Amino acid sequence: MNLNRANSFQLDWVAVIIFTALVVFGYFNILSASAAGEFTSYFDISKPYGKQLIFILSSIVLILLILAVDAKFYERFASIIYIGSLLSLAGLFIAGKQINGAISWYDFGGITLQPSEFAKFATTLALAKYVSDMQTNIRDLKDQIRAATLVGLPAFLILLQNDAGSTLVFGSLFFIFYREGIPQYYLLFGIFLAVLGIATLKFSATIVCVSIGVLLLIYQLFFKRKKKKIGGVLTILIFSTVLSLSAQWTYNNVLQKHQQDRIGLWLRLEKDPAKLQAMKRNISYNLNESEKAIRSGGTFGKGFMDGTRTKGNFVPEQHTDYIFSTVGEEWGFLGSSMVVILYVLLILRILFLAEQQKSQFSRVYGYGVASILFVHFLINIGMVMGLIPTIGIPLPFFSYGGSGLWAFTILVFIFLKLDSNRLNEW
Amino acid sequence: MRKVLLFGLVILTGICFVGRLFYLQIYSSDAYDINNDNAIRKVFHYPKRGYIYDRNDSLLVANQPSYDVMVIPREVEPLDTVLFCSLLKINKLNFLKSYNRAYRYSPRLPSVFLSHLSKENYAFLSEKLRKFKGFYIQKRSVRDYQTSIGANVLGYIAEANTKEIAADNYYKLGDLIGKQGVEISYENTLRGVKGIKYIQKNIYNRDIGAYKEGVFDTLPTPGKDIKITIDSELQAYGELLMQNKIGGIVAIEPSTGEILSLVSAPSYNPNLLVGRQRSKNYTKLYQDSIHRPLIDKGLIRMHEPGSPFKVLVALTALQEQVIDTKTNIICSGKYIYGKKKRTMMCHCGGGFRNLNLGITYSCNSYFAMAFRTTIEKYDNSSQSMDRWSSHIKSFGLGSFLGNDLSVGKKGNIPDGNYYDSWYPEFKWGATTIISNAIGQGEILVTPIQLANMTAAIANRGYYYTPHIIKSIDGEEMDPNFTTPKKVSINTDYFEPVIEGMHNVYKKGTASFLKVPGIEICGKTGTAENFTKIDGVRQQLTDHSIFVAFAPKEDPKIAIAILVENGYYGARWAGRIASLMIEKYIKGAVSLKRMERLVVEKSLEDEYLKPYGGKPFKINDK
Repeated sequence: MNLNRANSFQLDWVAVIIFTALVVFGYFNILSASAAGEFTSYFDISKPYGKQLIFILSSIVLILLILAVDAKFYERFASIIYIGSLLSLAGLFIAGKQINGAISWYDFGGITLQPSEFAKFATTLALAKYVSDMQTNIRDLKDQIRAATLVGLPAFLILLQNDAGSTLVFGSLFFIFYREGIPQYYLLFGIFLAVLGIATLKFSATIVCVSIGVLLLIYQLFFKRKKKKIGGVLTILIFSTVLSLSAQWTYNNVLQKHQQDRIGLWLRLEKDPAKLQAMKRNISYNLNESEKAIRSGGTFGKGFMDGTRTKGNFVPEQHTDYIFSTVGEEWGFLGSSMVVILYVLLILRILFLAEQQKSQFSRVYGYGVASILFVHFLINIGMVMGLIPTIGIPLPFFSYGGSGLWAFTILVFIFLKLDSNRLNEW
Repeated sequence: MRKVLLFGLVILTGICFVGRLFYLQIYSSDAYDINNDNAIRKVFHYPKRGYIYDRNDSLLVANQPSYDVMVIPREVEPLDTVLFCSLLKINKLNFLKSYNRAYRYSPRLPSVFLSHLSKENYAFLSEKLRKFKGFYIQKRSVRDYQTSIGANVLGYIAEANTKEIAADNYYKLGDLIGKQGVEISYENTLRGVKGIKYIQKNIYNRDIGAYKEGVFDTLPTPGKDIKITIDSELQAYGELLMQNKIGGIVAIEPSTGEILSLVSAPSYNPNLLVGRQRSKNYTKLYQDSIHRPLIDKGLIRMHEPGSPFKVLVALTALQEQVIDTKTNIICSGKYIYGKKKRTMMCHCGGGFRNLNLGITYSCNSYFAMAFRTTIEKYDNSSQSMDRWSSHIKSFGLGSFLGNDLSVGKKGNIPDGNYYDSWYPEFKWGATTIISNAIGQGEILVTPIQLANMTAAIANRGYYYTPHIIKSIDGEEMDPNFTTPKKVSINTDYFEPVIEGMHNVYKKGTASFLKVPGIEICGKTGTAENFTKIDGVRQQLTDHSIFVAFAPKEDPKIAIAILVENGYYGARWAGRIASLMIEKYIKGAVSLKRMERLVVEKSLEDEYLKPYGGKPFKINDK
C-alpha cells in the first residue's frame, strides 16, 4: 500500500508553478501598493506587505499538510467540513466583527478570519460528495433541489452578513450542475433571465414586455404550425412580464442604494453627460482612479515601486480588491496581460485535469475549483477595468488577506492532491 | 457542449481582458509624462536673478527679499481677528475678503494673504504670527533698483501672462519674466534656470517624499550678472535735461557701437514697479496717454529726420559723382522747380552756397539741387532712386538695426518701387519727391537710427550695430556687435561733409552752442508734425532735432536728440547735445547758464495744446 502510494504520487507541476508565480507576483504588488513610499522592512507586520509574507509562508505549511493527508479524507469528511463551515458562518451573527459594513470576520486578537472564504471550498467539497453519491441523480428535480440547497445555505448566510459579492461566487457552482447533466433549458433559462433583467433595467419593463409580446405574436402568426393553441405562448408572455416586473421591483426595492448606483452607472441609465461625469467621480471614484492608474501604465509600466498613483494611495483599497490596478500601473500592458494569461492557463489546466479524473467526486470538485476561480477572475479584473459593475470580491492569490489566500490555497491544493491520487483510483 | 462551455468562457474572458488592457494602456493612453501627473508635485527652486551693472561697474539692479503673508485656510484655527488685523494693519473687511478668496482658490493649498510686507513689518510679524495657525510668511525675491534712472533701459519684471506662458513652457503661472528693457532682451541670461523637485504626493495632497529618490530633480542655475553699456552718470544727466519734455536721447560710442545713454522722457522711477503699489503705479503710468512714460521714445518714436538727413543727401550725391565739393548755387531764399514753378522755401539767408556752406547754413536749395541731380542721374528715376535708397539704407536707416533692444521701429526709406506703386500712371521724377532732399517727404527714422547714422559719419564710413550689452559673465560677445558694418560711401567723401558739420558749430545754425575746448560736428533739424484733433489734421509745433559727434578727430560720442514740439533744432535738442557732449567728454559741465535754461524749461504747455479744445498758435518763441 505504502509503496503503491509513493509510486503514484504525481503532483501537477504546471498548476503548482502557475500558482506560485501568481502568489509571488501578487506579493510584490501588495508590497508596492501598501508600502506607498513608506517601506520599512519586509517583516514589518504592522504593514500589509509584512503580514502577507507571513500568510504566504503559512500557506506553504498548509500545502504540506493538505498533501500529507490521505486523498480519501476529503471525500469522507466533506460533510463534516461543510457543517463546520456552516456553523462558523452562523456564529458570525453572535461573535462576528463588522468591517466595511459586512459582518464577515472573526477577530482573534488582531488576527481576523473570514469564514465565507473557507465556505467556498467546504461547499464545493460537499457538493462534489453529494453529486458523486451513487444514489444521487442530478437529472432528477428532487436531487437538484437538494444540491441547490447545499449551495444556497452558506450563500444565504453570507448574504445576511451583507456580503453580496461573496454570495455571487456561489452562483458559479452552477457550472458543476451543468457539467454533470442538468437539462439544457436551465442554461437557456439562465441566459434568458440575465438578458431580460438587463434589458428591463436599461429600457424599462413596459418596453421589454411589449417587445416580447410583439415577437411572440409574430411567432404565433407566421411560424407556428398549430395556430389554435396559444396557451404556451401566452404562458411565456405572462411569465416574462412577471419576471420583468419583478426585476424592476427588485432593483428599486431590494437592492441597496450603492448597488443601484453601481448598476445604474454600468448600464449608463443616467443620460445627462454632466451628471454621468459627476456619478463617475463620486459613486465609482475607486473605479475612476483605478482606470486612471491602469491607463497611466502604458505599454511597459512605470516600474516596480514607482507607480505614482499607487504610491500616492490614489486608488482606495488598492492592496485588496483593486490590486490589479497596481499591476496595470507599474507593469504596464505587458505585465498585466501576463497576469491575465496566467489566470487563464491556471483555470484551463484545472479544468483539463478535472476532465481527466476517474472518480466523479474529484471531477466535480475540480470543476468547482475552476468555476470559483473563474468567477473571481472575471468579476475582480472586470470590475477594476470598468467592464462590469463594482462588486467587491478579491483577486485570488493577489489580493491582500490571509483568509482569502489560505482558502484559495486549500481550494486548489485539495484538488491537486485528489489529482495526484487519480492513478490509485479504480 | 457541456464540457466546453466553461473552457470557452474562460478563454473568451481572457481575450476580452487583454483587449480591454490594450485599449486602456496602449490605444487610448498618451505616453506617460511626469509633468502631467497629478500625483507628482513639482516644486520649483528659483535661482538668483542676475544683477545689472553699468559700464563703470556701478550696480544698477540687484534683488531684495519680499515677504508675503500666506494662508492655508484649512489649517486656520479660530483666532483673535481684532489683534490679527491690527498686527497686519488691515481692517476686518479686508481680512474676510482675502481669507475667502484664498478659501475659494483652495482650502488645502497655500495662497497669498497679504503681499509685500516691508522689512520692518516682517521682523515684527514673524514673531507674532506663530500664534496664528495656518498663517506663515513666505520670502520671495524681487528686483531692487539701486538707482532712480534708466527705467526704460532697465525695464522691469512681472508675473508672466498667459500668452507668455503659452509661448514658452518654461514659465508657469506666477513666475516672473522680463517685461521691458534689458530684463526682456537678456531674460534667459538673467533668470538662470529654475530647479525642479519632483515630489510624490498622496491622495490628500500631502508630500510623501521625492519621486524615484530624486533622479529627475534638477538644481537651479543662477542667473548671470550682466554689464550694460550705459554710463549711468550721463544717463542721469540726460534724464535731468529732458525733464518736463517729451522725447529721447541716444548716445553711442562710435568706435564700438555701445549705447552710452538711452534717455526716454518723461521717465519714471523704476522702483515704482516693485512692491505693494506696483499695480496701482503701473496703471497710472500705462494710462498716461499724453506722456506715455512706459514707451521708449529713443527707440520707437518715428519722425521725419529733417535737416540732419541733408548730410546723407550730400554724401550720396558725392558718391554718385553728380556733385563735387566745388559745385555751387546761388540761393535766392527759395528753390523753384517743376513745370508748374513750385517753390521750396529756404531759410538759410541766401547767397553763394557750396557743399560746405550748404551744410553750415542748412540750405534747402542746395540739397534740393543735390538730390535732384542724384535722381536725374539716370533716365529712369526709379533706377536712380533705388541706388539712392540703397546708399541711405547702408547707414542702417529703414531697418531694425539688429540690436539687442526689445523694441524698435523700422522707419521708412522709400525706393523706386515705393513711388512706382504710389504713382502707377504718372511718370514721377526728382521734383515729385523733392521733399526727401531735406529729410521730409516719405522719410521716417527713429532717434536711435539717427544716432547710428551720426556714428557712421563720425567713423568716416562704418558703424557697429548699436547695443546695450557690455559683457556677460563668461560669455563671448555676439559677433554681430563686434564686426564693423561698412556703408556704401567712400571714406574720402566724408571729410568735406564733416567739415561742413563742424562749421555748423563754428558759424552756422548751432554757433551759439559751442563748447569750449571740444571740436563738435553737428547738424540741426526741425521736423514738421501733425496730429488729428476731432478728425481735422492740425499742425503742431515742430520737433526739435539735433545730431552731433565729438571730438571731430577720434570721436568719442555720437548723439541724436529728439525733443518733441521743441521748435527749431538748435533751440532745445542742440543745447542738450552740447551739454551731454561736454558732460561725457569732460565729466563736468561749464555751460551753467545753458544747463539751467534747459533744466528749467517745461514744454508741458505745448503738449497740452491739442487737448485744450481751443485754437492755438504753433512755433511761437
